Amino acid sequence: MNSTAERRAEMEAILLAPLVKPSRFYDLGILIMAMFIMWGLYAWSEQLRHGLIVTGMRDQVFWGLYISNVVFFVSLSLTGTFLSAVLRITGNHWQAPVTRLAEVVTGAALLMAATMILVDMGRPERVFYVFIHGRLQSPLIWDVMAVTSYLVGSIIYLYLPMIPDIAICRDRLSPSVSPLRRKVYDILALGWQDSAKQQERLNKLISIMTVLIIPVAVSVHSVTAWIFAMTFRPGWDVTILAPYFVASAFFSGVAAIIIAMTVYRKVFKLEKYITWEHYRKLGWLLLALLLVYAYFSFAELLPGAYKLATHERELLNLLLTGQQAFLFWVSLLGSIVVPAVLICWRRTRTVAGLTVASVLITVTLWIKKSYLLIVPTLQVSLMPFDAPGRYHPTWVEWSLSLAAIAGFMLMVALFFRFFPVIAIWETSRAAGEGG
Amino acid sequence: MGISRRRFLQTLTWAGLGTAVYPLLSRVSKVEAKGWAASGLDPRPTGTKTLTKQWTMVIDLKKCEGCVIINKPPQCTVTCNQGHFVPEGQEWIKVSKVRGAGGGSHWMPFPCMHCQKAPCVDVCPVGASYYTEEGLVLIDQDRCIGCRVCMAACPYHRRYFNWKQQRLTPEAALAERSPEYPVPALKGTVSKCMFCAHNVRKGKIPICVSGCPMGAIYFGDLERDIITNGMEVVPLRKTLAENNAFRFKEELGTEPRVYYLPGYGQEFGREARE
Repeated sequence: MNSTAERRAEMEAILLAPLVKPSRFYDLGILIMAMFIMWGLYAWSEQLRHGLIVTGMRDQVFWGLYISNVVFFVSLSLTGTFLSAVLRITGNHWQAPVTRLAEVVTGAALLMAATMILVDMGRPERVFYVFIHGRLQSPLIWDVMAVTSYLVGSIIYLYLPMIPDIAICRDRLSPSVSPLRRKVYDILALGWQDSAKQQERLNKLISIMTVLIIPVAVSVHSVTAWIFAMTFRPGWDVTILAPYFVASAFFSGVAAIIIAMTVYRKVFKLEKYITWEHYRKLGWLLLALLLVYAYFSFAELLPGAYKLATHERELLNLLLTGQQAFLFWVSLLGSIVVPAVLICWRRTRTVAGLTVASVLITVTLWIKKSYLLIVPTLQVSLMPFDAPGRYHPTWVEWSLSLAAIAGFMLMVALFFRFFPVIAIWETSRAAGEGG
Repeated sequence: MGISRRRFLQTLTWAGLGTAVYPLLSRVSKVEAKGWAASGLDPRPTGTKTLTKQWTMVIDLKKCEGCVIINKPPQCTVTCNQGHFVPEGQEWIKVSKVRGAGGGSHWMPFPCMHCQKAPCVDVCPVGASYYTEEGLVLIDQDRCIGCRVCMAACPYHRRYFNWKQQRLTPEAALAERSPEYPVPALKGTVSKCMFCAHNVRKGKIPICVSGCPMGAIYFGDLERDIITNGMEVVPLRKTLAENNAFRFKEELGTEPRVYYLPGYGQEFGREARE
């Protein structure tokens, strides 16, 4: 009993330390990200002044990096909450130390996806029209509904298990933080006293949210796929698109969680809580999802490649041997072959190896499932008068894309400046149950 | 204390659900805002909603030579661009050389097809693209949010985005913009051919029709069953039936209001190619 209390005290000491005074790496990281964002805001002001003419998009390839980033961020958002809900519902407690990290990734990614939609719009000041003039027939409105529901649901789902931890912050951090922050902790903790009755209620609520959030998570990326699938365009007009999106989003999301684990493990010195065991389990999950993704990638192309209808043939020419072939083959190599080797080979099945595999997967899935989803399809001309379209992103688009990634990382980082990365309450409970 | 937390969480949950159903609720309360055509509940002119007119275009491909025989750029495009101050880089009616299945080629003008089942109207999130009671598909640039999903949906590539503020001529600058006459074009919104809705309202034929030196473009009303190219007036349905009229990409089921009259063996494959 005594050792449990000691363990708990040590845990609180380690996990609450970054909330009072984070390391120098952390401050440096924040500074770099803020610089990227400032530069991105400058690029956006240029775009608002001159219009979307400052991008590489034109009438034929009218969507580019921005919409690619929307798809990418939505796919990142799928996994965090989804994974933690699936593991909670199946009674797996080993994941307790990484759930919060995963859920915050979801929230930040969703906010960034919404921002990128705004950046892509021709008249961003009219964005509220989707609420006052929204039409249910439009897949875009389905997306608005799915994303807002998922965002609200994810925030509740993130917040509920955090209440006991906020109470810990309220009780333990009083002397070392400002009165305002203490006040905020006090409000957010909702008078949590860790009583048996409160625990019972909280557990019940968490269970309900766990069940509710899973279909919403699946819907959010399905609907994003349907925006594309509801058109007559080659590569988009396929029934497999939504499940393929969900599967590949799950895949790249697990990779993103592994990257975030490595970063915060290092910066916040969490080696004691995020252990090799987490990497090992998530690594095998990553391999399983890699196989599903490989299967979908093949199944998506084969029926079109067999029949070679006019526009499908043009698209496949672009992807397999044409202008986009380099990116296409690199993305398959980087998302399937190399990571599979890194995970399977005993000597690279380490924290470093899995992190490298995850970085590769994240980057190449951005290429394959975002950029190569949108640009080549739009390059295929639907009319006899168009030559294959061209698209070269400009500095404005690159700046805003980098700023979006920086904004995403900054949101996650700032969140953990004020709340512990690891769920103290759940982790100590899971450790207690485990023995 | 426990009650207040529960109440708080309940409120949060309802707020989440409320966000999800808000577009639905706002729709119900806004049906009357812009008439049935742009209301968005069902902009498709079906059921009890009868059309007052059905503007239709018929293009006689036997007469169209892409204006190469008079050694000029296609005059329908030129007159349209001038008459509507069409922004640089856009061609609301575009003339193209099309390869037939038989190996030959012929000229074909492409305006907006004004589909009866328009994919662009279906996908528009805010009802900026809508059907009129006269069978047209128009864009309200003061409603358009510039998401370009209609451009993705249009299988004819007949929509253009206003990437920048166009340089305005005095006439364009003074014009009052409306869906029927989208001049001056608004930066960050979508433009396209509107079948000269502003002209036909005043009993004038569209600019491209009067601009065509060959009289290849006919325009008329399916309800009254007449079309004209500015020189002659002919019955619409009979002309379509007797000339093997076809619509472009008929197989997609978009039911365009633009018909083509073939004459050079268009769309019919011949193995006799040398």
